[in-house]
Amino acid sequence: MNYNWNWRIFWEPSPDGVGTYLDTLWSGLLWTMATALTAWVMALIIGAIIGTIRTMPNRWAALLANAYVELFRNIPLLVQMFLWYFVMPELVPNAVGGWLKSLPNASFVTAVICLGFFTSSRVAVQISAGIHALPRGQKMAGTALGLTLPQTYRYVLLPMAFRIVMPPLTSEFLNIIKNSSVALTIGLMELTARARSMQEFSFQVFEAFTAATIIYIVVNIFVVNMMRLLEKKIAIPGFITSGTTSAGGH
Amino acid sequence: MINFDFNVIERSWVYLFQTGMAFTLQLTAYAMIGGILIGTLLAMMRLSSIKPISLAATSYVNLIRSMPLVLVIFWFYFLVPYIGAWVIGAKEPIKVGAFSSSLITFILFEAAYYCEIMRAGIQSIPRGQVWAGYALGMNYWQTMGNIVLPQAFRNMIPVLLTQTIVLFQDVSLVYVLSITDFVGAASKVAQRDGRLIEMYLFVALVYFVMCFGLSLLVKQLQKKVAIIR
Repeated sequence: MNYNWNWRIFWEPSPDGVGTYLDTLWSGLLWTMATALTAWVMALIIGAIIGTIRTMPNRWAALLANAYVELFRNIPLLVQMFLWYFVMPELVPNAVGGWLKSLPNASFVTAVICLGFFTSSRVAVQISAGIHALPRGQKMAGTALGLTLPQTYRYVLLPMAFRIVMPPLTSEFLNIIKNSSVALTIGLMELTARARSMQEFSFQVFEAFTAATIIYIVVNIFVVNMMRLLEKKIAIPGFITSGTTSAGGH
Repeated sequence: MINFDFNVIERSWVYLFQTGMAFTLQLTAYAMIGGILIGTLLAMMRLSSIKPISLAATSYVNLIRSMPLVLVIFWFYFLVPYIGAWVIGAKEPIKVGAFSSSLITFILFEAAYYCEIMRAGIQSIPRGQVWAGYALGMNYWQTMGNIVLPQAFRNMIPVLLTQTIVLFQDVSLVYVLSITDFVGAASKVAQRDGRLIEMYLFVALVYFVMCFGLSLLVKQLQKKVAIIR
């Protein structure tokens, strides 16, 4: 193998003129985390609502929520990115479309919306699995106490379900961090995109990708450990958690 | 409002399917077969009682699973020519075609995910069956091949197929290497004719119909293959 290794490349100035290549990668990581965290908040809120509706007795509501989930699950993330970035601004009224396209961080906003909706369908599946995992008696007990259906959900079912689905939600959060790399196709300069551009400018392919890989692994380990602490804190005593498995998908 | 021109699909659908979808489907099929084979081996390694073997497999699976697919695609795109040169002892990095390069990427990437599924499958078989196999005088490979793996496969067929649908969607990411898969072909036509909206909506529709149809089939199959206990 005649490849010229040069690990000092990270301390050399990058062509974007702001700092070294290491700074470039660091700002990439910040974009990745900003995108993933904002989209995660969105996914949790929408996912919780859709997931709850999926378990409701009203058949039409459940059907609609299921359609939502299937829509976002059966189109590749890349195509969804393109739809939000290229197609959506053209389909809304001209004024809105023009405003969307002229946003200073259009690719960031688009990536957040896209990842938020995409992940919300996955969160919804987990939440409804969590609600289904609860003993039937809990819902009956709630109504027997005179709670209305929304109250039963609010005070009995959802607090339990959220605590049960923590482990699968952790892996969904790890997924959203990884999936944010797809946003490089619409021009978001997140971590993978930065590593790619570093490779293009410096020709140090393997150093750039090694650095990105290590950063992703460190983030992964950090998130897993934080969530483990959180899981321990909120685990329901006497309840065997991780009853819901999340096989398939990433 | 813009005026749609769905003629562009009529003009280009033969190209889209013959070139693009053919690539996507071939890559999916080969990557599924390769991924399940290597994934099963990895699962057996992970469950091995020999520490170095299980450690190696576990590290590999965890490494791949913590990386985004896009990054893995870039890695292998640049790495495969060097590995190829090393294998055949050439001085210069060899040229590897787009298809073989992405095939290697997807086999090695999806193997990590198939491994986790197969591991769950193998672990779902009661330990007593393995002991029974050994008690009958079978060795490790006979026990695995005749008793454990056939049942593990059968239990996991729906999950393996669901993962394959995910793989089918993931193949679209070879777009980042400007390869003409289904999305790549569509985006080439879209850019040539300036018809991004129609093309991307069409692509989304085709993927939705195929993936949704397949997932319904998997659900049917799930009912059929479930072992009644």
